[in-house]
Amino acid sequence: MAIQPKKNEMPVQEAKVRARNFKEVALGYTPEIAVAEAKRCLNCKNKPCVNGCPVNISIPDFITKVKEGDFEGAYAVISQSSSLPAVCGRVCPQETQCESKCTLGVKFEPVGIGRLERFVADWHNEHSHGKVALPESNGHRVAVVGSGPSGLTCAGDLAKKGYKVTVFEALHTAGGVLVYGIPEFRLPKSIVQKEVETLKNLGVDVETNVVVGKTITIEELFEDGYEAVFVGSGAGLPRFMGIPGESLKGVYSANEFLTRSNLMKAYKEDSQTPILRGRNVAVVGGGNVAMDAARTALRLGADNVYIVYRRSMEELPARKEEVEHAEEEGIKFEILRNPVELIGYYNPDDRRDHKNGSVAGMKVIKCKLGEPDEKGRRRPVEVAGSEYVIDVDCVIMSIGTSPNPLIKDTTAGLEVNRHGGIIVEEETGKTSKEGVYAGGDAVTGAATVILAMGAGKTAAKAIDEYLCKK
Amino acid sequence: MYKIVKKRVLNPTVTMLDIYAPLVAKKAQAGQFIILRVDEEGERIPLTVAGYDRAAGTVKIIFQVVGGTTMRLNAKQEGEYISDFVGPLGCATKTNGIKKVCIVGGGVGCAIALPVAQRFKELGCEVHSIIGFRNKDLLILEEEFKACSDKLTIMTDDGSYGRQGVVTAPLKEAIEAGEKFDEVITIGPLIMMKFVVATTKPYNIPTTVSMNPIMIDGTGMCGGCRLTVGGRTKFACVDGPDFNGFEVDFDEAMSRASAYAEFEQREREACCNLFKKAVK
Repeated sequence: MAIQPKKNEMPVQEAKVRARNFKEVALGYTPEIAVAEAKRCLNCKNKPCVNGCPVNISIPDFITKVKEGDFEGAYAVISQSSSLPAVCGRVCPQETQCESKCTLGVKFEPVGIGRLERFVADWHNEHSHGKVALPESNGHRVAVVGSGPSGLTCAGDLAKKGYKVTVFEALHTAGGVLVYGIPEFRLPKSIVQKEVETLKNLGVDVETNVVVGKTITIEELFEDGYEAVFVGSGAGLPRFMGIPGESLKGVYSANEFLTRSNLMKAYKEDSQTPILRGRNVAVVGGGNVAMDAARTALRLGADNVYIVYRRSMEELPARKEEVEHAEEEGIKFEILRNPVELIGYYNPDDRRDHKNGSVAGMKVIKCKLGEPDEKGRRRPVEVAGSEYVIDVDCVIMSIGTSPNPLIKDTTAGLEVNRHGGIIVEEETGKTSKEGVYAGGDAVTGAATVILAMGAGKTAAKAIDEYLCKK
Repeated sequence: MYKIVKKRVLNPTVTMLDIYAPLVAKKAQAGQFIILRVDEEGERIPLTVAGYDRAAGTVKIIFQVVGGTTMRLNAKQEGEYISDFVGPLGCATKTNGIKKVCIVGGGVGCAIALPVAQRFKELGCEVHSIIGFRNKDLLILEEEFKACSDKLTIMTDDGSYGRQGVVTAPLKEAIEAGEKFDEVITIGPLIMMKFVVATTKPYNIPTTVSMNPIMIDGTGMCGGCRLTVGGRTKFACVDGPDFNGFEVDFDEAMSRASAYAEFEQREREACCNLFKKAVK
């Protein structure tokens, strides 16, 4: 049988329609499409895809099960390695991981591994009864700080080994960046909730409204009888550019804008949490978070949404799929532009005008690409005298974060690097403090969901070895 | 869920609640704050800790009914529950090296100033308190302040109680009369704190202000609570809420505080209508 050269397309909401709603963009494979896609897998000998996966899912094995129509069997294979398949199937950058290694991809398009993973997880969530065999307890207690991707993964892996795990979450809902950061249209919150429920069914306790470093310290967790602690507290304070006007009303960090919309549901008309629905919105930055913020602004009713990025389309750090989705929806890319000032509105005749102090314009300067920097990316060079003003009433800064100081400030003996990231041994996630492990953005600074999951997995393994030896 | 153990109405618009939250009560210190949500659909609002009872596991909050969320909170009765209560957040008020302090509170800000005054008293400092209100009906916590102050001055805008005038008048008089305060700590409306700072600056008396900007998570994630302090961006939730008053850009803070004025107005009206209906 001839090999189908292209991936089976995944049905999506039409760009014009989805740009005005918060429903999920991609609709997922049907069982028929999934089986057809699975049949594209060559089942090659050396399985390079498995090495491309940060959590080493046995990809060909689960695809074989899909081929056979045994979707629950496929789920069982994935869940040996991943605690959050429905999430990963949606937000992993498969094109640079498993799929980039696919043998089929040498000549044709690789197997749609991400799409298949998503299908399998969704099928399971729809058909399973949520009852899982509770692993036999080994009597050891482990605390996990943060319920984002690294924390949930670490908790899941340890629970499966029989540990009694408690996850502490600072916010009122579990999920970390999966609930406050990634928008509903890319990752429905009901899916995150389901994954958290799955963990609870494994015996994991989730304590919301506990800020480790404030409500309780790591030292006190040990005193309370936890024998090891995993810190997956995520990225911290948003960065700003340091240009004039960043404190004007209508200027947000991407974290704040997305948290209002996602966690606090400000996108709903009857929400008690306000959000500025700008008509002309500029998002500064070119990563996945910037794309999420831009597409959220559009769905909140903006007429024009600009991505303002200082390099060219080639250098955009966001996933290609996200950039394409954004372009299709009508996001405008103001590339090779750097903001130099945000201009405020002031009505000299009316001091009580409520718009006073709101952002009204963004002055940008044109850039061209110069010599490559230490990372090999060509450096943007400003073109003197090329400034002009973009008419905006909302600006979202999406230029990264710096680590949260709460845990390092209250944990003696926990070493951090000069950026404030927790220093760990890469192979184990072990920190400078006995019994404390860390992973995810708290260590690396802003990165991807799957890398955080990989770190959670690594740490779970190391914690298990540590406690077995003890 | 967090139980309302005690409710006391301090004046027609200010209410005090004791919330059962043992983990928070165990750690809370004067100057810190908590974030709460009234119900599952609620917004997150920061409120400064107005007291705590470590043995009973309760934390005291005092709030003014100003908008939708505080109306919903005020509608809760003793024995009922609110859905979320997290803290203590922010840094405690610094007390080291201070022997004589003047606490200047305005309106509901006095609720936050009280535990600070009490803390200094506990430490054996000489505490002068100046508290100001619009009128006698809005006066709160007089007895409590009396108990922890070596000298208490009460001001009302209309002269219906205490002395008539603003809080900066007796503050200036005290300084001019030779009172040597190691520190002035002021908590209240932004405009009042701005003028307190303007009063102490010529005498170069260290002045701490307690900021209460709009925030969401309160743990150093969203950046909504940013302020310009000494020309640099600071986050009230992790760097504050106390700051050196001489360095805070109050005009900017006041502008940012009004970011959602229109929304808040609509919320307030919607909420009023809702409660009116409920009463009928």
